[in-house]
Amino acid sequence: MAEVTIPIGPIHPALKEPERFMITIEGETVVAADVRIGHIHRGIEKLAESKTYIQNLYLTERICGICSFTHTTNFSQATEEILGIEVPKRGVYLRTIVNELERIHSHLLWIGVAGHEMGFDTLFMYSWDDREIVQDLLEIMTGNRVNYAYNTIGGVRRDMSPEIAQKALKAMDKLEVAMQKYIDIGLNEDTILKRTQGVGVLSPADARRLTAVGPRLRASGIKYDVRKADPHAAYDEVPFEVITSDTHDVHGQYVVRALETLESIKMVRWMVTNLPDGDYRVKTPRKVPEGESFSRTEAPRGEDIHWLVANGTDKPERLKIRAPTYANIANVAFNLKGAHIADVPMIVAGIDPCMGCMDRVIIIDADKKTQTVTDEAGLWKFANDWYANGGKK
Amino acid sequence: MARAGYMIPMLLGKLTKKPVTVMYPYEKLEPFKDIRAKIKFDTNLCIGCGICARDCPSGACYMVDIPNPVDKKKKTPHFDLDMCTFCGQCDESCPKDAIKLTDEYELAHFKRGELIVK
Repeated sequence: MAEVTIPIGPIHPALKEPERFMITIEGETVVAADVRIGHIHRGIEKLAESKTYIQNLYLTERICGICSFTHTTNFSQATEEILGIEVPKRGVYLRTIVNELERIHSHLLWIGVAGHEMGFDTLFMYSWDDREIVQDLLEIMTGNRVNYAYNTIGGVRRDMSPEIAQKALKAMDKLEVAMQKYIDIGLNEDTILKRTQGVGVLSPADARRLTAVGPRLRASGIKYDVRKADPHAAYDEVPFEVITSDTHDVHGQYVVRALETLESIKMVRWMVTNLPDGDYRVKTPRKVPEGESFSRTEAPRGEDIHWLVANGTDKPERLKIRAPTYANIANVAFNLKGAHIADVPMIVAGIDPCMGCMDRVIIIDADKKTQTVTDEAGLWKFANDWYANGGKK
Repeated sequence: MARAGYMIPMLLGKLTKKPVTVMYPYEKLEPFKDIRAKIKFDTNLCIGCGICARDCPSGACYMVDIPNPVDKKKKTPHFDLDMCTFCGQCDESCPKDAIKLTDEYELAHFKRGELIVK
């Protein structure tokens, strides 16, 4: 049978964000898949160099529309490390609470998106309806639904009043009932099982080799979570379990995300009841001394990394961001090979892709029209030569 | 045991539930307490230090050449709500509490200049 190559994207009705997928099919089976990223590169890292640390808080928040808080947490942690500031316990707890609320809303969003991709829009509508509970809570707590502007260098910007704490506990009870429903549906509903079981199977060895992160990695049976492996904020004090699945497929990801949401609900409840007293922020200087720091957090989608270099002024020298989707896109390309063409949207949606977060840099050699594989040393040489020649080849 | 239509009880349960959305603008939701919306600026408190303009992440707040009522040598800030992201950093940075964020969230206007808070 003849092979046909179908370009999907960068602009395509099925894609929410512009990325290019070149899919070669033979009959109904995908024989080769190529993912080209970079279509939504926004130059955020370069822009960060021209803004002050306070302005950068709001810039890093806009890297992603869903996991905005994890990026500001990362940036604040990196800056606090260079400044040598310790955030008060209450501030750390409040930060962790919002981080977990964000995970709840992101996972509920994913359940909806997954439902939509598998043609099960009822699930999409209902899960987004229940997501409003956590969205309202975030709005009461922080002042906004999406880009919360809650984090600041040295703590958080608002305190949690006893009334809000009561509301949070009530919302968690409601959400727990709702989540039990979604777990029940995920394990029993035929539509979900038929569309997700055995789709996008990634073995633990492949998951390690292809640097999978977050729920994709844990769905492949590897017990790795930055919150446990390298505890930041208050994660070393909050009791929780790392959820894994042994099915290694998209259904495993559904189960991991649903159970993780339940864990997050328990964590929020524990933190609200055991919230320490005292200050929630400290005053920090505007100028940051010379130094560099590395911070990582567990975003809802996986491990998120910020690397910050300060040069003694009120603006950073360099900010490097590695969003979780960038680490996960390699295993998507791998999983697409051999899949049924109807399963392509499910595999791509499985990692909860956020292309806007991911696109940091792209190198295209349009003149040569060749593809070469270079190792790390080759890349170093290329970079050094490029700079030595003043930005010319 | 997997079966189709597992969600039917849930579907029936939702029949008695009210819709989540409301018919805006005929019906309005009550804004939450401490929501960040339209900026209210008090010129009589402003000392023209310019910290708000320096900290604004989106360039919505800028200093203009209008003599400050308190200190004639200094400038006054303007707030262009077309560019504002309503983060409230200016409110937080202001040393004299001259900037406040109100709960007025309906900011649609016919002319661009109407959205500048002076």
